[in-house]
Amino acid sequence: MIHFGDLKSKKGKIHIEKDRCKGCGFCVEYCPKDVLELSEEFNIKGYHPPLVVREDDCLYCQLCETICPEFAIFVTLKKEEKEGEKGESRP
Amino acid sequence: MKEEDRLEERNPIEDLLRMDRIPHIWCPGCGIGTVVTSFAEALRKSKIDLDKVAILSGIGCTGRVAGYIKLDSIHTTHGRAIPVATGLKLANPDLKVVVFSGDGDIAGIGGNHFIHAARRNMDLIIICVNNFNYAMTGGQVAPTTPIGGNASTAPYGNFEYPFSLPYLAEACGATYVARWTALHLRRVTKSIQEAFKKRGFSFIEVITPCVTLYARRNRLGDGLNLLKYYYEKSEIQHGADTRTLDISYQGKLIVGKFVDKEKPTFLDCMNEHLAKVLGDKYQLYGVNNE
Amino acid sequence: MKKVKADPKGVLTGSHYLDGDYALAEGALAAGCRFFAGYPITPSTETAERFSERIPMVGGVFIQMEDELASIAALIGAAWGGKKSMTVTSGPGFSLMMENIGLACMLETPLVIANVQRGGPSTGLPTLTGQQDMMQVKWGSHGDYKIIALSPDSPQECFDLTIEAFNLSEIYRVPTFVMTDECVGHMHEKVVIPPAEEIELVERKWYSGPKNEYLPFKPDKDMVPFMVKVGDGYHFHITGLTHDEHGYPVINAECQDVCVRHLNDKITNNADKIIRIEEDQIDTAEIVVISYGITSRVTTRAVRKAREAGIKVGTIRLITVWPFPEKRIKELAKKVKAFVVPEINYGQVVHEVERSAAGQAPAILVPHCGGWVHDPDDILKAIKEAAK
Repeated sequence: MIHFGDLKSKKGKIHIEKDRCKGCGFCVEYCPKDVLELSEEFNIKGYHPPLVVREDDCLYCQLCETICPEFAIFVTLKKEEKEGEKGESRP
Repeated sequence: MKEEDRLEERNPIEDLLRMDRIPHIWCPGCGIGTVVTSFAEALRKSKIDLDKVAILSGIGCTGRVAGYIKLDSIHTTHGRAIPVATGLKLANPDLKVVVFSGDGDIAGIGGNHFIHAARRNMDLIIICVNNFNYAMTGGQVAPTTPIGGNASTAPYGNFEYPFSLPYLAEACGATYVARWTALHLRRVTKSIQEAFKKRGFSFIEVITPCVTLYARRNRLGDGLNLLKYYYEKSEIQHGADTRTLDISYQGKLIVGKFVDKEKPTFLDCMNEHLAKVLGDKYQLYGVNNE
Repeated sequence: MKKVKADPKGVLTGSHYLDGDYALAEGALAAGCRFFAGYPITPSTETAERFSERIPMVGGVFIQMEDELASIAALIGAAWGGKKSMTVTSGPGFSLMMENIGLACMLETPLVIANVQRGGPSTGLPTLTGQQDMMQVKWGSHGDYKIIALSPDSPQECFDLTIEAFNLSEIYRVPTFVMTDECVGHMHEKVVIPPAEEIELVERKWYSGPKNEYLPFKPDKDMVPFMVKVGDGYHFHITGLTHDEHGYPVINAECQDVCVRHLNDKITNNADKIIRIEEDQIDTAEIVVISYGITSRVTTRAVRKAREAGIKVGTIRLITVWPFPEKRIKELAKKVKAFVVPEINYGQVVHEVERSAAGQAPAILVPHCGGWVHDPDDILKAIKEAAK
């Protein structure tokens, strides 16, 4: 039997290929935990890539990874969470 | 790849992309890249043998998809991806053949091939990225442009009736018909996964923002605005009657899975019929394939 | 070049009484063709009908597509799926196929297209003969490319040359055409089909190196790239856009130069191995009659009468029309008085003869606009005029 109180949410680490980004803003807009914001800096193409501002809030939902049209952002599981509950929160 | 084994430095999708050709040619805010990621996710989740998947596309922005995905892929002539897919599938029935092309390519110049492949229930998966215009050539009116929509060859607004692609697909005999917007990421993935498991003609329409052309000409904002707009206007109605799925200019977008049925495919029909008529003289095709 | 024996399942060994259309189908099946996609068009429909009857018996697929554009597209798909593929059509259908013939050439896809020619232009004479697509087969699609075209003069040759067409298309990775006509297509004659062991076929030039090093368009020593098929794990990409050896599109003038030269030189540089002509009494000839297909049979009577009248006439029958035997014609032009070119059109191959002769000898056309074969006396008259 699963006790919901025992489930630990996953934590993600966000990786951004800054120079591939075209500043569309999809990831910033749709992150459910508002982890990202559009940065002030310019990348090599002159766009504003996203910036991770609240990394601890990242739930590893991978929405930014799926929505990015440029394949410029992806998430990995943070190592310290891997000993926790595995898999139930992800289909 | 297990979740725990994801490399820190590498986006897992890069295994499925021809990285020597990235960055791609699509505009900032274009939804095609998003559809490609949803597709890649579906490939991963279905655990399909990647050697047996072939991607075919026609001409257009979406037509460039074949060039970026690292699977056996053919970039054909305008509108002819579906018959090339037919020939490929018949030559090797073990393949999973996916046609990934745009609305103009599939329903405009390729219209005839679309209706016949659906009629025959060829075992193909058609992913139609609908951005309501012929984007690659500069935003001309397409058979899917809503009435009133502005396009470079309809500068005063389109006055022709557009297609309702799911209606067309169902009417021609498709066994799986679904429509989503590009923002319905996981639902697009799920539809593609279901289509992989299905035998027969599967048609998935994904309504996608076209920033530089359709959005600009119709003052619909940038990619993010349009993506949001389509999503907000969309209403999920699984199993809806495909006759009610017309898209009007600023109107509701009905999305969902509309048709999911079983019907023998072209090869099933061919084998069954010829075996019945010719008996022992006939060798079943695609069963013990040479 | 790997040679294999024909699969006996597809070889209808024996002596038959067949028309040209049926012989095309039998030739293809003997050559190992196991995919046919076509659309009915007079006078080629019988070939499709024969395929639809026979191909299920030999483990192949027949599909009648919705139009000719779909037919040729399906052939390209099937060829890249590993099958030997063929279609058959006539003038109007041939015009419809042109765009994808260009694609097949650009993708360097082996396939065979038979054109049972009829009177044109447009709907023309659906049930009557013509030889009016001889230039179209070479120049029909846009851009610079080269193809191979053969011209049978009898149902027996329809059988033999279809096998040769398949072999040539595999050797050179190029679409190959069998340009016959309604007369030969609907003519019934004896066709002897040999046992399977006597039919020599060329296997496709399959690649066998490491998977990650495969380049779909990298020319081999004979200028022809190796081929693979979809589903074998090569994860290759091919496109109709101007491309490099990888198959990736490269949109610039330098790549275009390499690409176009390759597609053309592949055939031109190997022309001597491809060209087949039949010569008769050339060494002593003052007049040379150049003909192909059904016209060459009509020419036989005219030439016999001319020889009886004392004129030194030689004949060249073009079995291969493209690539055109320009070297031979250029050579002969220095020695002969004139070339006489009868053809069932208003002047097509005659222009090639004229070009090859480079002004050294005139090329006299004996046209027939279509609908029937020449009256041998018209050809005889032209020979006599030329001999003066």
